[in-house]
Amino acid sequence: MTDTSALYQEVILDHNRRPRNYCAMADATIEERGVNPLCGDELTLYLRMDGDRIADASFQGSGCAISRASASMMTSIVKGKTRAEADALIEQFRGMATGQTVLDDLPPTLRVFAGVARLPQRVKCAVLPWHALHSALTGGTGSTAV
Amino acid sequence: MSAIVPRSDFSLLSANPALVYLDSAATAQKPRAVLDAMNDFYETDYANPHRGAYALSARATERYARAREAVARFFGVRDEACVIFTRGTTDSLNVVAAAWGRANIGAGDEVIVTGAEHHANFVPWQQIAIERGAIFTICPLTADGRADVEVLAALVSEKTKVIAFNHVSNVLGAINPVAEIAAIARSVGALSVCDGAQGAPHMAVSFDALDVDIYAASAHKMLGPMGTGVLIGRREILDAMPPYQTGGDMIAFVGDEQTTWNVLPHRLEAGTPNVAGAVGLAAACDYLTAIGMDAVAAHERALVKVAHERVSAIEGVRVHGPSAAERSGVLSFTVADIHPHDLATLLDERSICIRAGHHCAQPLMRRLGVTATARASFYVYNDENDVEQLVEALKSAKRLFAVA
Repeated sequence: MTDTSALYQEVILDHNRRPRNYCAMADATIEERGVNPLCGDELTLYLRMDGDRIADASFQGSGCAISRASASMMTSIVKGKTRAEADALIEQFRGMATGQTVLDDLPPTLRVFAGVARLPQRVKCAVLPWHALHSALTGGTGSTAV
Repeated sequence: MSAIVPRSDFSLLSANPALVYLDSAATAQKPRAVLDAMNDFYETDYANPHRGAYALSARATERYARAREAVARFFGVRDEACVIFTRGTTDSLNVVAAAWGRANIGAGDEVIVTGAEHHANFVPWQQIAIERGAIFTICPLTADGRADVEVLAALVSEKTKVIAFNHVSNVLGAINPVAEIAAIARSVGALSVCDGAQGAPHMAVSFDALDVDIYAASAHKMLGPMGTGVLIGRREILDAMPPYQTGGDMIAFVGDEQTTWNVLPHRLEAGTPNVAGAVGLAAACDYLTAIGMDAVAAHERALVKVAHERVSAIEGVRVHGPSAAERSGVLSFTVADIHPHDLATLLDERSICIRAGHHCAQPLMRRLGVTATARASFYVYNDENDVEQLVEALKSAKRLFAVA
């Protein structure tokens, strides 16, 4: 199996086919749109904050398998996390996607994206939802571009 | 069906025998003849043209003039001073929008583009319309992606100052009826501006016969170098157009208070020109002429016909745009449940280069009802084996993404 096929592992393909938390959120407290101007892909991230904690997260949008799976896993994993915990995950995920972070820091489920570091033109696909999350948690502009 | 030029003419392709290059609509590979011509200019005749009172500078000036003649010949322009060298199609179109537009478009006037324009022939017109307080109108398309000339004929009025349209769509390969659109523009005294970036590389273009006011093209899409292009215009239009940039070379006399302008083409080419770029483009024109542009067009049509049949036969694949007989060598498609970017990455694994995304044509994507497409484009060095590889790779991607 080549590097690229390794990226398209069953877990990513599964999250692409059946994205988790793929819905609008009526009682969202933060709504943030993420756009990749290079390819036109976009997603809307919905967060319901309970004080400092992310009580619920969901997303909708159009994008490739990498960005959909990334958003699907991200929204699952940040539920119940505090801002600080989410910030740390964002930092680690970005580091991994750009090939700089030690993978030990990252939850094993997210390590399937390590392969994008070898595909510079796809890094933004994986990072797009995390970028939107970062923007949402730091005040939010309503719309952000990777 | 084999390529109509030897792959060995292209160093990059010979060095990568397994490479299936299907992205010539983005940029074409370079034959050695082009690279050699550019190198030869640098090695034998290099100096600043139009300036030095010495033989070497005169030779550089001569090379630049000969390049312009060759390019004018290729584009069917009798008056070679009407061929202006630019940085590329985007530059050419921006020059016209900014210089001609600012001088000729006023509040309440109308600027028309089509819904299938590349951003380079859309955004400059949108922006100059906003700046001048003009109405910006987008001409609807026929079902296969060409400008709907019936609607266009009804849209235009005395207020219409510009009709900007592509010769060939960079997404669909659909070929516009250039002379018809130019005639509609002429009927109301509007400027017709044709984006020829996807036309000139693929079919014979005779500027004088097309009867458009402005035609723009890029060298790099027609086997020439990046960073060079042409702006071709009718003399009375270019003569009346205020200079876009001022500086060296484009002046006749600089007084303390006022400056007078040089004649065409220099008037619109401020600063030291990209002579090597012009020389490279001229060599590309000669290379294409030696093949024959009708042979180039026929080869692409034959390849795209096979590709159209084979790709659209794959279940879940939708090919956008006109029938194979009515398009240049461009095939845009979408595959159900596989995003074009994922396709491009999976194809890249097999050394197949395709373009995926909105192709700098977001208004067209909206009209097609998609956010992105995959695009394979063919040129003189492609053959039927390239099509086979594409088809096999698409089938393989479908297997990988198949719902379990």
